[in-house]
Amino acid sequence: MTESSSQNANVVAEHLRSWNSKAVAEVIEFRGDTTIVIPREFLRAAAERCRQDAKLQYDLLSAATCVDRFPHEPRFELIYQLVSIPRREKVRLKVRVSGNDPVVDSLVPVWPGANWLEREIFDLFGIRFHGHPDLRRILLPEDWEGYPLRRDYPVEGYRDVPNTGELFRKSSTP
Amino acid sequence: MTTVDTAIGTAKTMVLNMGPQHPSTHGVLRILLELDGETVVKAIPDLGYLHTGIEKSCEDKTYSQAITLTDRMDYLNPLGNNLVYCLAVEKLLGLEIPKRAQYIRVMMVELQRISSHLVWLGTHAIDLGAMTVFLYCFREREEILNIFELFSGQRMMTSYIRIGGLALDPPTGWRQAIEKFLKMMPSRVDEYETLLTENRIWIGRTKGIGYISAEDAVALSMTGPTLRAAGIAYDNRKVFPYSSYEEFDFNVPTRTDSDCYARYLIRVAEMRESLKIIRQALDKISNEGPIRAEAPGVIPPQREKMKTEMEALIYHFKIFTEGFSPVPGEAYVSVESPRGELGCFIASDGSPKPLRAHFRSPSYINLQALPKLIEGQLIADVIACIGTIDIILGEVDR
Repeated sequence: MTESSSQNANVVAEHLRSWNSKAVAEVIEFRGDTTIVIPREFLRAAAERCRQDAKLQYDLLSAATCVDRFPHEPRFELIYQLVSIPRREKVRLKVRVSGNDPVVDSLVPVWPGANWLEREIFDLFGIRFHGHPDLRRILLPEDWEGYPLRRDYPVEGYRDVPNTGELFRKSSTP
Repeated sequence: MTTVDTAIGTAKTMVLNMGPQHPSTHGVLRILLELDGETVVKAIPDLGYLHTGIEKSCEDKTYSQAITLTDRMDYLNPLGNNLVYCLAVEKLLGLEIPKRAQYIRVMMVELQRISSHLVWLGTHAIDLGAMTVFLYCFREREEILNIFELFSGQRMMTSYIRIGGLALDPPTGWRQAIEKFLKMMPSRVDEYETLLTENRIWIGRTKGIGYISAEDAVALSMTGPTLRAAGIAYDNRKVFPYSSYEEFDFNVPTRTDSDCYARYLIRVAEMRESLKIIRQALDKISNEGPIRAEAPGVIPPQREKMKTEMEALIYHFKIFTEGFSPVPGEAYVSVESPRGELGCFIASDGSPKPLRAHFRSPSYINLQALPKLIEGQLIADVIACIGTIDIILGEVDR
């Protein structure tokens, strides 16, 4: 299985390289999973390539998520899991994005299913997707402050205020 | 709060707020429906009412502690959630699991699939006015929950599947319990089919309702019975086998009508296939053998060893206090949950807690296609369409 998946990695990486030599920044193999790191500016074009090319046929965008490597820079890593149903292959695309300018191209024009996946990342990580048709919060209330899945957001307590009942007492006194 | 811009902007359409407290939304889902008479012009789902930040909580737990959180996402498929999480951590660690444990995992997950489909069938039928089916389905689900209780001491949030294997050896009498269930169940599935498959009201409420083309379903990342009803035989158990599924002989039912009725037929057929898998697993599971991988410092040692060996006691203490640290890296595993592709992505930075644990929940992604299913349909069919996607709000919102 590992052998075939690394063969597949070569197929995808070579294909993208032959299209544009700068489109593949790095190929990572770990425990049989293949990750192809793509520079941010090539993301949408490379994704389109993956979907439409007759030799790749990644027709299903299975999942998209983000990893925050705070305090390292570039801080965010966007992860896209692609599946080719006809070829029975998987590959993972990765894009590194800096914390100062967390914007990437939306993949909704390529896979309409990216819509809610990107909204979720926007909601929880604060990454903005350029060209997304409906970029709103999805899981959290619209007036929520901050992006909870960032590593510098506390796990317990809202904005580092321990809930001692103080806030409640203040608001209930006339 | 989400609001809706009316498409026409005249008094011709009205906006109806469905949910979040509505029995047929199967939890707390709110849908804004813009109606022209009884026809849905536009539908906007509004989620997040059950968001509990499970992924954030995972980052603050050690790898083994986070298992209990996974149970609570898809509460009709806790064992499947345990499985996908454990498989991802095991992949990260590069662990090999004993065959016996793998077969028991398969058996438990397939029982869970049947119980999940039973709840789906019962609630979907009650939404559409068939009360009896609900009672029948819950009668058999009870039997399955009893089996889970026998194995793990818990009926729903079992946390039975652990990193490296299983929590406990199967109890005495487990084989008879499964045999009894396998003997009873096929005729019970026939009973549901007698009630529904040729029922004129059922056909009237489901046939031709909620159509989605195969291209749209793939483009919207749909998986599971909804995708298979559109004619695409994509099942993770076959395409990317895990936990020794490649050794089992079963079919992946598909249909091409892609309506609510086709999805009903697929789920019923899947229950029968699951029974086949459980039968094969039962024959494969040996009476004796390890249920956990051997990996000192990662998998808790056996109780007897702990009482006799110094190292085992130290490892036990270390595993349950500070946990274990996988090498830095990332792993993604996908399994076939009753609702579709359930994935787990874990990134490790070499510390005892996951840097990031993301769950690709099939309910969340399938729900995205709901507007596509119901726009242009009658409002009564909205209920049938929500039911047919089989969403679990605990998993949608996580």
